[in-house]
Amino acid sequence: MRFMKEDEVKKRNRRSIVIGLILLAFAILFYAITIIRLGGDVFNRPL
Amino acid sequence: MSDVSLNFQDHVSPQTTGGEVQDYVALLKPRVMSLVVFTSVVGLALAPGPIHPFLGFVAVLAIAVGAGASGALNMWFDADIDGAMQRTAARPIPRGRVSKDEALALGVVLSAFSILVLGLATNWIAAGLLALTIGFYLFVYTMWLKRKTPQNIVIGGAAGAFPPMIGWTAVTGTVSLESIILFLIIFMWTPPHFWALALYRCRDYTRVGVPMLPVVEGPDSTRTHILVYSVILCAVSLLPAFIGLGGVLYLFASSALGAAFLYYAWQVYCVRHGDKADKTAKRLFVFSIFYLFALYLVLLLEGIVPGIMMPTGFDFKV
Repeated sequence: MRFMKEDEVKKRNRRSIVIGLILLAFAILFYAITIIRLGGDVFNRPL
Repeated sequence: MSDVSLNFQDHVSPQTTGGEVQDYVALLKPRVMSLVVFTSVVGLALAPGPIHPFLGFVAVLAIAVGAGASGALNMWFDADIDGAMQRTAARPIPRGRVSKDEALALGVVLSAFSILVLGLATNWIAAGLLALTIGFYLFVYTMWLKRKTPQNIVIGGAAGAFPPMIGWTAVTGTVSLESIILFLIIFMWTPPHFWALALYRCRDYTRVGVPMLPVVEGPDSTRTHILVYSVILCAVSLLPAFIGLGGVLYLFASSALGAAFLYYAWQVYCVRHGDKADKTAKRLFVFSIFYLFALYLVLLLEGIVPGIMMPTGFDFKV
């Protein structure tokens, strides 16, 4: 075991940002797919 | 909290520091992905019936990510031989930029997500085909055939032929004759394409013990195989014009492209010695990429540009 070097920490941060953005895009993708597949019926359901 | 506990999570072993983002992108074989994207778009665009543009985009994205996942899984399994081959030595795992475990994890996660997204956005038959493609490429081609038989690329090539069929099925929900012909074109294109590459990379494959055709049966037999498969490819590539999938423009384009393909294959067959032999093999390899792209482009144009499609008058579809 050793301490991470500065450039390794930077690389890890960049990877974390990209993973976060991909997860965000994935959530938006799922939301959009759901709305499109359900169409207008999404607002026409018993609450 | 002490300094030691603050820094605890920054302790790592040398193998787990991870690479740059572009190293993970390289694991997905972007150049292969681009061909997969293009052929799946053609399948999607030619399929009869409507699809919401956004869902169409999601379908192509899912197919591309699935293909990328296959690439990562292939690099995970083949890491031992990739490092010893000139063509693949610069891949992220042999260079030590990404660990094998990371490649495996990326491949598995992306495979699962791409299949799930395709199923939710379109239909589960298309998602099943994508799962089949990824499984076929990993288990049948990479793990089984690649290191066992010189027919590896003939059977394994099916994995690369599925994308247009998946695109078609994403719209229609079925596998029809047209999509099978789109599949067959790439299926028959793959052997001469890869054998041309294997001819001038023969030493690489010999060194790592992958039984490509030139390694096992020799370059002369490979040249004969290339010629025979090229003739079959040219015949198969004419089929869309006879089932109403392609029109007059496609018939002319596929005939001209096929003639050029046969010319390059004939050159490979005739020129057997020295640097010139390698050059002719390289020329066929490069042309084969253009050939497939052009063939599918003409099909796409006839399918989406109004007024271009002129029926050939042949329609033997049952």
